[in-house]
Amino acid sequence: MPRLNIVQAVNQGLRQEMDRNPAVIVLGEDVGLDGGVFRVTEGLLARFGEDRVIDTPLSESGIVGIAIGMAAYGLVPVAEIQFMGFLYGAMEQLISHASRIRTRSRGRYHCPLVVRTPYGAGIHAPEHHSESTEAMLVHTPGLKVVVPASPYEAKGLLISAIRDPDPVIFLEPSRIYRAIKEEVPEKEYSIPLGVARRVREGEDLTLISWGAMLQPMVAAANHAATEGISAEVIDLRTLSPIDSESILVSVRKTGRVVIVHEAPRTGGLGGEVAALIAERALDYLEAPIVRVTGFDTAVPLPKMENYYLPNKERVLQAIHHVMEV
Amino acid sequence: MPRKPIKQFSVEWLQILDEQGQPDRPLLPALSPKEIQSLYEWMVLARVFDEKALALQREGRLGTYAPVRGQEATQVGSAHALGPADWVFPAFREMGVGIVRGIPMRMLFQYWSGDERGSEIPLHQHYFPTSIPVGTHIPHAVGAAWAAKLRKDPVVVAVYFGDGATSKGDFHEAMNMAGVFHLPVVFICQNNQWAISMPARRQTAAPTLAQKAIAYGFTGIQVDGNDIFAVYKVAKEAVEKARAGDGPTFIECLTYRMADHTTADDASRYRTEEMLKPWIAKDPIKRLRKFMDIESLWTSSYGEQVRTEAERRVAESVKEFEAQPPPDPADMFRYTYYELTPPLKEQMDDLLNFLKDREPKKE
Repeated sequence: MPRLNIVQAVNQGLRQEMDRNPAVIVLGEDVGLDGGVFRVTEGLLARFGEDRVIDTPLSESGIVGIAIGMAAYGLVPVAEIQFMGFLYGAMEQLISHASRIRTRSRGRYHCPLVVRTPYGAGIHAPEHHSESTEAMLVHTPGLKVVVPASPYEAKGLLISAIRDPDPVIFLEPSRIYRAIKEEVPEKEYSIPLGVARRVREGEDLTLISWGAMLQPMVAAANHAATEGISAEVIDLRTLSPIDSESILVSVRKTGRVVIVHEAPRTGGLGGEVAALIAERALDYLEAPIVRVTGFDTAVPLPKMENYYLPNKERVLQAIHHVMEV
Repeated sequence: MPRKPIKQFSVEWLQILDEQGQPDRPLLPALSPKEIQSLYEWMVLARVFDEKALALQREGRLGTYAPVRGQEATQVGSAHALGPADWVFPAFREMGVGIVRGIPMRMLFQYWSGDERGSEIPLHQHYFPTSIPVGTHIPHAVGAAWAAKLRKDPVVVAVYFGDGATSKGDFHEAMNMAGVFHLPVVFICQNNQWAISMPARRQTAAPTLAQKAIAYGFTGIQVDGNDIFAVYKVAKEAVEKARAGDGPTFIECLTYRMADHTTADDASRYRTEEMLKPWIAKDPIKRLRKFMDIESLWTSSYGEQVRTEAERRVAESVKEFEAQPPPDPADMFRYTYYELTPPLKEQMDDLLNFLKDREPKKE
């Protein structure tokens, strides 16, 4: 089986869905001739032509706004926004329209669009290229939010996102775009949205995260194993709708929880996960829930981003903390 | 080297009926007497609907309402230029367009009463649901036109908005894309000269809105928005041009918001009676009536009959609207996603159980 990185896996998923369904089109800045700034859409223009792979003007709100009109008319647009930090210009389109077309029309129109955007820090980029503000999207009813954590996951989740009848924001972890290679079946396959994944089985505590943070979290879990601590690792995969059941099943088993995300702490999704556990599994807890997160600051420029980003050592410290209580 | 002009542009203005209803005959659009009468009847119906909606709002039977008064020619004239398969993307003050497109008035009343079922617009009417945030629906129209072009559907998309919307970023992004990709869109800007309290001169330093289209590479034209023939003629040309694959057009209909912005507004805070007066004389319905009088298409008994019939239809719609049962609270959850997500299902059950527990016990 070929070993692909996330860029290649997403590219393959896009190509296969465009082959399968002529209504699927790709639009965005530099997605055609240039193949996307991360090369995720490379080769699509040559294969599908400029009616289906559209290089747009520099126009984030326009790209998403137009994709909404296309989706309502019956196409399945997959829009690329070059970086999550540039998605903000399109937030009004997402919050006020994409998420509500179905409600507003009482189900007469729907908006099966996908907005793909690279997110997260750790790529030594200028300001605005390292954002991880997924909680803003999760807080918008009507949107689905998906974050793959590996090449296999990226292809399967993207295919489900494209086939989903509702608007899906697909956050691609740019930090690990090319960092991991794994076996990805050439054959098309899908991974259902709304279902979390147990990455590692354990008995003593539950580690919960998504996207690029899976890497340091799994590394910390492996290290903890050498100390005799058995950590279960949960990859949420879909942040909205959240898979409460998978979280609760694990927490009821282990009684200890560390939640990791690179987004700012206050109002971050970790708070929602912690509240869910407090509401439904408080009796099972043997230690306070601990969050390892980014800080309530702007994501710093590259010279300081390693202080900002949760890493294996910070996760390990949190593991020790909950185990000592 | 001396500076020299490299491009020069001009913006056209069209009026066919003057304020006295006198036509510039060679410019008259090809409309049969029967069609002219039906334009008049649509405008009266829109006016009667509007008056009824205001009355219902004052009685507490309708929520906040945004009156159309003064913009009937702009709305009826442009809507009449569209074919049945063409699409309409309205903002929120387009009830005149909706009525011409055949949206049941019962639903318009429902919408403005705060009943979401008022947005269950039959799909075949190709009329998108009301969009409240100013100007943000313009890209949707452009996207739909793009999809239609890719699918080779011979349809045109008309998008309605006001002078205020031209100050928004999405107006720019949508106009730009429509120009670059040469899409079958007709931008219908109802310059009613007010964005709540701000006059059009606060929206732009440009002498016209029509000229904005030049910067996007397509035609913009200003018409007398209270002259239904000018509006219809220009809209018809723009629709035919778009259908022929010759790209978008921007139409600035210069009209006037004769009423308050909404029933929650009080225009007397920023606008004097003196400012309104000349526009009462320019009333679009009066103008067509004067023309019809000149052409012997109007008699007082015809006028009375039109008004009575409009009142009857509106009254019937009010009756239908008020006979609707209250909405089902589960509807709040039903349309958020294609299928209820597990978290939403839990939340819906919570609400329904809460409500069930509070229902009076049946003996």
